[in-house]
Amino acid sequence: MTTEAAKFFATALTIAIGVLGPAIGIGMIGSKAVEALGRNPEAESAIRTTMILAIAFAEAVAIYALVVALIIKFV
Amino acid sequence: MEEHSKPHISIRAEKIFHILGFDVTNSLFLSFFVFLIFAIGALIYHHQSQSENKGKFYYLVNFIIKNLYNLFYSVLREKTDYFFPLLSSFFLFILFQNWFGLLPGVGSVLIKVKEHNELISVPLFRANTADLNTTLALAVISVFLSQVFAIKFLGLKAYINKFYRLKDPMSFFIGTLEIVSEISKMVSFAFRLFGNIFAGEVLLVIIAFLIPVLASFPFLILEVFVGFIQALVFSMLTTVFISVAIAKHH
Repeated sequence: MTTEAAKFFATALTIAIGVLGPAIGIGMIGSKAVEALGRNPEAESAIRTTMILAIAFAEAVAIYALVVALIIKFV
Repeated sequence: MEEHSKPHISIRAEKIFHILGFDVTNSLFLSFFVFLIFAIGALIYHHQSQSENKGKFYYLVNFIIKNLYNLFYSVLREKTDYFFPLLSSFFLFILFQNWFGLLPGVGSVLIKVKEHNELISVPLFRANTADLNTTLALAVISVFLSQVFAIKFLGLKAYINKFYRLKDPMSFFIGTLEIVSEISKMVSFAFRLFGNIFAGEVLLVIIAFLIPVLASFPFLILEVFVGFIQALVFSMLTTVFISVAIAKHH
């Protein structure tokens, strides 16, 4: 395998494996938020704020993978 | 693929000129304008708050600041007044830096710069938060200040007792882990903000490169939202860390 090919593989694998965890996490956060909404509809704004914050944290992990992938690709 | 057909993506901010031996990068250059607009806005607000007939601008800023205050109040309660200037400046600074990076012309206006005896064209402007130096500086300020506030509110002895206690030998191991986690907070702060904004820039460039007309518009709206959320996340996390740091240990 040439260095160039290894770089492409590393980029693709970094982002592909790196987003698995956050994807599951965001799905779980969303499902739990909907559950909470169904149980307690008047707390909608509080639930929405907390949900968006939690999603941002889960997404940050995917962003780390993305930054690493970009560094592999462009540096 | 030929060199000129690739979109221009650079992880680091590029130097555009020198002042007194200091390199001025394109992200720093844009942040000067943000500073300027910030300062002018603050002066107008101050002027209007002193005068008899207050304008719409005054009420708009008041509305924003009141909502921010309520947001931080939900975490810090009666200590909000003390921390509010720091936290709201974090929020507004990051918000404006994020949004200025989305203005038309940022990243697309190129100038020619000489580097290693070679003339290359680099963007004149770049979002300030899409530069790792800025986000790392903000992260260091945030984490360092939470330690300072902890010492101020708890006293030096109680602060050290949070990490190491003589009675408890296990705490020498756990305390070291705590110190490592404080340092990793800095890294995660810096990379979260940098990664989100930089990834947004790359996304916009790539989409505009694939489909030149109109396709990047929904992503632009998304980036406006992401910029807001990241400013909120940064300031809320700082709030939570400060409130944890100044809480009495038991």
